[in-house]
Amino acid sequence: MKRVMNLIRMIAAPLIAVACILVAWQIAVMMSGVSAFLVPSPLAIGQTMWASSDRLIGGAIQTAMASTIGFVIAAVIGILVGSMIAAVPFLRRSLYPLATILQMVPLVAVAPLLVIWLGFGLPTAIAAATVVAVFPVLAATIDGQVSVDPGLREFFLLHGASAWTRWRKLDLPASIPAIVTGLRIAAGLAVIGAIVGEFVSGYGGPNAPLGIVIMTAMREARTDLVFAAIALSAVVGFALFGAVSCLGWLLVSRWHASGVNTLEQSK
Amino acid sequence: MIRKLPTLDFQSVSRIFSGGVYALKEVSFSIPAGGLTAVIGPSGCGKTTLLRIAAGLERATTGSVKFIDPDGGAYERASENLSVCFQDARLLPWRNVTDNVALPLELAGVSRNERIARANQVIAAAGLSSAQARLPAQLSGGMRMRVALVRTLVTSPDVLLLDEPCSAVDEFTRMQLDEEIFRVWQVSGATTMLITHSVSEAVWLADQIIVMNMGSIHEIRKVALPRNARNRTSAAFLLEVETVMRSLACAAGVVVE
Repeated sequence: MKRVMNLIRMIAAPLIAVACILVAWQIAVMMSGVSAFLVPSPLAIGQTMWASSDRLIGGAIQTAMASTIGFVIAAVIGILVGSMIAAVPFLRRSLYPLATILQMVPLVAVAPLLVIWLGFGLPTAIAAATVVAVFPVLAATIDGQVSVDPGLREFFLLHGASAWTRWRKLDLPASIPAIVTGLRIAAGLAVIGAIVGEFVSGYGGPNAPLGIVIMTAMREARTDLVFAAIALSAVVGFALFGAVSCLGWLLVSRWHASGVNTLEQSK
Repeated sequence: MIRKLPTLDFQSVSRIFSGGVYALKEVSFSIPAGGLTAVIGPSGCGKTTLLRIAAGLERATTGSVKFIDPDGGAYERASENLSVCFQDARLLPWRNVTDNVALPLELAGVSRNERIARANQVIAAAGLSSAQARLPAQLSGGMRMRVALVRTLVTSPDVLLLDEPCSAVDEFTRMQLDEEIFRVWQVSGATTMLITHSVSEAVWLADQIIVMNMGSIHEIRKVALPRNARNRTSAAFLLEVETVMRSLACAAGVVVE
């Protein structure tokens, strides 16, 4: 019962904050008389969402697909490569700084290259999502696995465990809290990556992704539709973030402080 | 089948750390087969280094540790015959008590059914059945150490190395853990080396005490008290404790009035 109340409190607080912002926004637009072309009111955006729901939902599904697939690929690559880098000191010295430098390269600059390699459409959006989401998972995996309790490592060594066994039974489970933190960051970045990928590689039609909906609406001077598409892309990002947070909570809440804190912080 | 318990033989073991710092200097002694030897001494005297060399976790700079069979064969170390309990419990926080106790068997490739049955057996013998589904975070510090001690039994070890298992608990819990150590030693029948700071613990548990200081052995002392006379409040016990305490103080250069 206490957990349910905490959960309600945890969900209610941000909902109330969003409601207050929307009301303030609506009042500000009405009072200031600012043009709907520059800043449409929340009510106008809501009406547009309703009227263009087919187009927006179709676009959200496309973007969600690109983000999710890109995120999953980033998670698998990040965890496997991160584990290898953590396990081999030479790789840690040679590849980790390189990965950090590559992370500094702006995605917008890389996206045209992805179009050259993968062509227009979903594969480029997926690749863009993967490229931006992989680094936080990689970094978190490395940090998590090099921070495993040396005493536990010694215990495994003492019992003659192979490197593979130690990774499966110690390094990977012990680093799950760190990996989940990396995955949470990656979830938000994957949606950004997918939208940027869609900007450069998407094409129109009834199932145009949100990136294309935004670009088309901008050219048509439909600021309300731009806002509606942005709102839906935020929903996609939040859904992915929420799914990862739930998964993380299920995996670590019973034994790690990071899982407990989620509920503690909501009190 | 008759078990062939080894004698643990330290032969002129020295350990020199970088910068020429001696952790151990020519340490030689034997732990008789099936015996319990306590190594005591002030912090930094090399006790834990000695245990880590015996466990194969560190190498001696010179000298060696031999496990000598009753038939005369000597070998360096065989992990399947050796169990270690460290100062901290070293339990996997995501595994319950049963799965933690079963872990050494799991790493040895024993089937799940077999290892869980064996783990539950040693847990029940220790009176910990009510805690077997709990995670380490749900146990007190003393309980976690009891689980770590019980885990040493699961592989039926021939050699047991205990590195200050009671160092992080209060006096009352220490006495409870001493009972557990005694039970573990009796059940396993293993040749046992106990590192401790506590003189009374050493006298209560051991049949031989090695007093160390500055990396060297100051005294090797047989505990003459019979097992049934090891009452912590008896005059004979307290006298033995005082004698060992004086030896320890003498080794450290402390004047005892």
